[in-house]
Amino acid sequence: MAAWSGARRREAVQRNGLAALLLSPAVLLFTVFVVLPMVEAAWYSFYRWNGYGTPTQYVGLRNYWVLLRNGVFSSALLNTAMVVAVSLLVQLPLALGMALLTAKRFMGVNLFRTIFFLPYILGEVVAGLIWRFVFDDSFGLSHAIAAWLQVEPPYILADPDLAIYAILAVVVWKYFGFHMMIYIAGLQDIPREMQEAAAIDGASRFQQLRQITLPMLAPSIRLSVFFAVVGALQLFDLVMPLTGGGPANATHTMVSFQFVFGITRMDIGFGSAVGVVLFVLCVGFTAAFRRVLTRRA
Amino acid sequence: MVSGRLFPAARLGVLILVAVLVLVPLVTVALGGFKTMGELRTNPFGLPALWDWTNYGGILASTVFWRALANSALLSAATVFLTVSLGLMAAFAFAQIRFLGRSFLFSYFLLGLLFPAATAILPLFVRIRDLGLLDSYWGVILPQTAFGLCMSIVLLWGFFRQLPQELWGAAVIDGCGYGGFLWHVVLPLSRPILATVSVFTLVHSWNAYLLPLTLLNSSQRYPWPLAIMQYANEYSVDWNLVLAFITLTLLPAVGFFLLAQRQIVEGLTSGAVKG
Repeated sequence: MAAWSGARRREAVQRNGLAALLLSPAVLLFTVFVVLPMVEAAWYSFYRWNGYGTPTQYVGLRNYWVLLRNGVFSSALLNTAMVVAVSLLVQLPLALGMALLTAKRFMGVNLFRTIFFLPYILGEVVAGLIWRFVFDDSFGLSHAIAAWLQVEPPYILADPDLAIYAILAVVVWKYFGFHMMIYIAGLQDIPREMQEAAAIDGASRFQQLRQITLPMLAPSIRLSVFFAVVGALQLFDLVMPLTGGGPANATHTMVSFQFVFGITRMDIGFGSAVGVVLFVLCVGFTAAFRRVLTRRA
Repeated sequence: MVSGRLFPAARLGVLILVAVLVLVPLVTVALGGFKTMGELRTNPFGLPALWDWTNYGGILASTVFWRALANSALLSAATVFLTVSLGLMAAFAFAQIRFLGRSFLFSYFLLGLLFPAATAILPLFVRIRDLGLLDSYWGVILPQTAFGLCMSIVLLWGFFRQLPQELWGAAVIDGCGYGGFLWHVVLPLSRPILATVSVFTLVHSWNAYLLPLTLLNSSQRYPWPLAIMQYANEYSVDWNLVLAFITLTLLPAVGFFLLAQRQIVEGLTSGAVKG
């Protein structure tokens, strides 16, 4: 009996030791480069600090106070909200429509899916540069249209009121294919028999869509809403090549604001405060979203 | 109900319209690289009157272009290797070994899926600088790996968990330890999921911008997104050169996508990202 429990204990020690060995590199990297910096961001946000030595100049909530009264940050928040809105109200319906149109097999269906998905795999920076050319007033699309109408071409990206709409268009162009793929996956999980039965019962295409397809697609829609919102909150790479947050700081998102006013100026406390606001919005959205879902389920 | 014959035609019309909207900017850029500045002004969207290869040739002969691609290849290869191998070890432990604090540690990694990377960027800069890794390849590879690990662990764990328990029993009878089991049984079975995780990590690190932008200073170490931004700002008046540069950096991505399409599409559609 004693020998048996000794062997068992040795086996347990071995098991735990092996697990520790396998896990320690991942835990170490994740802790040092992800978790600690998140905690430090909260800590640094209470200081005024240029990054040298250790933070000593405690300023309390001043960074947050300055942030709240900063007009550029308010417009960055508004822009971010617009990206979220367009992602949900334009991009997702478009993605769903394209998924429904390519759900059934026909000649060339894969070609269309591939084309729609293509912008997603391009780097954000290069997608932004491509569209900077398309929007260029002396070469691109607006130049061609204006020449055709014989008017002075507008430079959309240099117009503080219009530039954000250009960014929104590029966001839809770049990401709708990704969401389409999520919907296609969801559509494939719907049993064919259900639709066939409904068709036999005389349900119209529209009725089938409303009564069967959309409810069955709910998990995919939830997933895509989640990705769309969390991605929109963190939008950055696309903005830099298109406008860099300009003209006149009119097109900043939260992260481009953080980059220009926190990172390039090495204002670590202030930049971290922006990061904390972003963190609260991301985690807050996820928590609220899960709550709504579990309540409904 | 739309009549049976009208629907396919209408559907095709809509699909072609959207496809054209998606492709026009890409084709315009590729063709623009062949044009002179004068032609670019008068004919931005059509075929070039004269195929001028000097823009492309000049870039292909420049060190800037090849150095940027080499930097990106190095950073991505190291990130993918580390993310997949460390993720594999951790996911195997979570799925197959019973140990103290397993569910706690797993939730710890799950948290990482919620964290926006930008929040950590300034403290990360301070940490990388204090470690003496600023402006070095490792200074980008390690944080990139750390941020990719959560997703990699969750995806691999989801796969390992589904492996039948009998496999492990059979491996024990054959005298296999955990190491042998991982190497001889689990690894060969998990090739598809490993491919999916690698492809997603690769696409992510190949296109990464914010992290290298913050952590690298010298342009000799720039991966291509930083190099192309620098190039575009330097030659902002010579759009034809910039367009050729853009096209050349697109080619590896598009080629790779066509090669790895199966992994990407399967990864998205097999429920791998549904968590």
